[in-house]
Amino acid sequence: MSPTSRAEVRKTYKLYVGGAFPRSESGRSYVVNDAKGRFWANASHASRKDVRDAVVAARKAFDGWAGRTAYNRGQVVYRIAEVLEGRREQFESEIRAAEGVTAARARAAVDAAVDRLVWYAGWADKLSQVVGGANPVAGPFLNHSAPDPSGVIGVVAPDGPLLGLVSVVAPVITTGNTCVVVASEPHPLTAVTLGEVMATADVPGGVVNLLTGPRAELAPWLASHMDVNGLDLTGVADPELARNLEIEAAQNLKRVRRPADEDLLATPGLGRMTTFLETKTVWHPVGR
Amino acid sequence: MTSLSSTASSLADVTTSDAALRRFLHGLPGVDQVGVEQRVASLATRSIKTTAKAYALDLAIRMVDLTTLEGADTPGKVRSLGAKALRPDPTDPTCPSVAAVCVYPDMVPYAVEAVTTPGGRLHVASVATAFPSGRSSRSIKLEDTRDAVAAGADEIDMVIDRGAFLTGRYLDVFEEIVAVREACARPDGSRAHLKVIFETGELQTYDNVRRVSWLAMLAGADFIKTSTGKVQPAATLPVTLVMLEAVRDFRASTGRMVGVKPAGGIRTSKDAIRYLVVVNEVAGPDWLDPDWFRFGASSLLNDLLLQRTKMSTGRYSGPDYVTLD
Repeated sequence: MSPTSRAEVRKTYKLYVGGAFPRSESGRSYVVNDAKGRFWANASHASRKDVRDAVVAARKAFDGWAGRTAYNRGQVVYRIAEVLEGRREQFESEIRAAEGVTAARARAAVDAAVDRLVWYAGWADKLSQVVGGANPVAGPFLNHSAPDPSGVIGVVAPDGPLLGLVSVVAPVITTGNTCVVVASEPHPLTAVTLGEVMATADVPGGVVNLLTGPRAELAPWLASHMDVNGLDLTGVADPELARNLEIEAAQNLKRVRRPADEDLLATPGLGRMTTFLETKTVWHPVGR
Repeated sequence: MTSLSSTASSLADVTTSDAALRRFLHGLPGVDQVGVEQRVASLATRSIKTTAKAYALDLAIRMVDLTTLEGADTPGKVRSLGAKALRPDPTDPTCPSVAAVCVYPDMVPYAVEAVTTPGGRLHVASVATAFPSGRSSRSIKLEDTRDAVAAGADEIDMVIDRGAFLTGRYLDVFEEIVAVREACARPDGSRAHLKVIFETGELQTYDNVRRVSWLAMLAGADFIKTSTGKVQPAATLPVTLVMLEAVRDFRASTGRMVGVKPAGGIRTSKDAIRYLVVVNEVAGPDWLDPDWFRFGASSLLNDLLLQRTKMSTGRYSGPDYVTLD
């Protein structure tokens, strides 16, 4: 060995659950290839028990996260954007390896992801004014509605390595939900790196939990879990699987967002946030 | 074992004086701390699945002493605890009842009322003897015990005087257990079962746990119990293993069987199943019965029910589907 050569430091891509980076409970992993079909790294192949642990972590984090002021949640989501911006080179090179795109395209993808986070961060303390408010009622009551987060949301992320993930996670957590995310099956590594960003960006442990592995294996456990309150099926391409997941989700009346074609680069609209909100209406008597 | 068997013939003599008792207790073989912890760690890796797991979960539910020992306890809370003890899972008639409810002495009448059904009733256990510290005069402790028995308690959980034990006044501790046992007598000649709480978190060493186990069994304890649940650490697997060895050896020496109750800090089904494995491997299957092994717990029951639901429905359940404690 020549004096200038050094051992290659290979990264172990693990899960992100409860603010920590555990290996899969099952001890399994699967091979992830880059865009040219060459071996890139091993990713954890999560099991149903990892789903279970992640839901427990998300439930534990929910009260604290939902209890924060909307303003503070906005700050935290903005902070994710800040930290992501600081690590953009790592994400650009991962996106290029994963998708085989040009440097310019990879840079544009990171730009879009950062911008999306900032966009949602801004909505954190404005959404309740838009979807809630005072209601006119025929009676001596002050009546107003306000949105509350639904709880723990299971998210099946689409394949876009960074923008796809950010586009489904940011709206869910901005409104005060916590989530268990099944990351893109062919592009799981950026998800794990995004977990590292979350862990250093003031996101409390358990608010975002990232699992890597086959969607068809993990999503049914999320769909049938009685302690999950919503299910985002954006990343489910197989209509038969989506249908079965929706049937399972009906068991405890989860809110379900069906997969649909959408342009992730376009301004998203409020739908992803409002799907996982419950409207709370308060009647308050007025008079002396 | 050999040294214990040789002492069997002289067991009647060892409690005649403080010196004899000390000689006997200090003559017990020392506990190999590393060995105990290593054995527990290896037993904890046993994998209990499918039908064995279903059996273990139901057995663990049947072994629970469902406990509420709070200053804020009310008759209403005790009644709802009793209802839960009778039907832990109201949606599933195959779910067994727990072994007993465990309350403070003044709550015993409400507990008895709550667990009585036309088909019979669950046991009611009451802590007594100035629980949890045990720092009171003997006459108060005995009166506390009589009071709980008169109110209808089937089982009395007494605490030992840890100060006396740690300063080596073994005969004091022995005589107090004997006196409390006598105070458990009912007018009809029967007697409430006596569980003796050691508070192992305050006893410092495994050797002390082994000594106090023998001391309590010699004094006539029906059950030996690890902790009050008010001191950390509460029940641990190694301490329970030492106590299970003691009851096993005591039966080998005297023929009398004594029960074991770990209490405090057992919150998950996985923990409970580990205890059951240790019971089976150390004391033997005779102890795998609610009459001889109990869990002192409150939140454990909810986790057992969640796991039971998972096994019967195939989907994970959540805390929304069990009661708040």
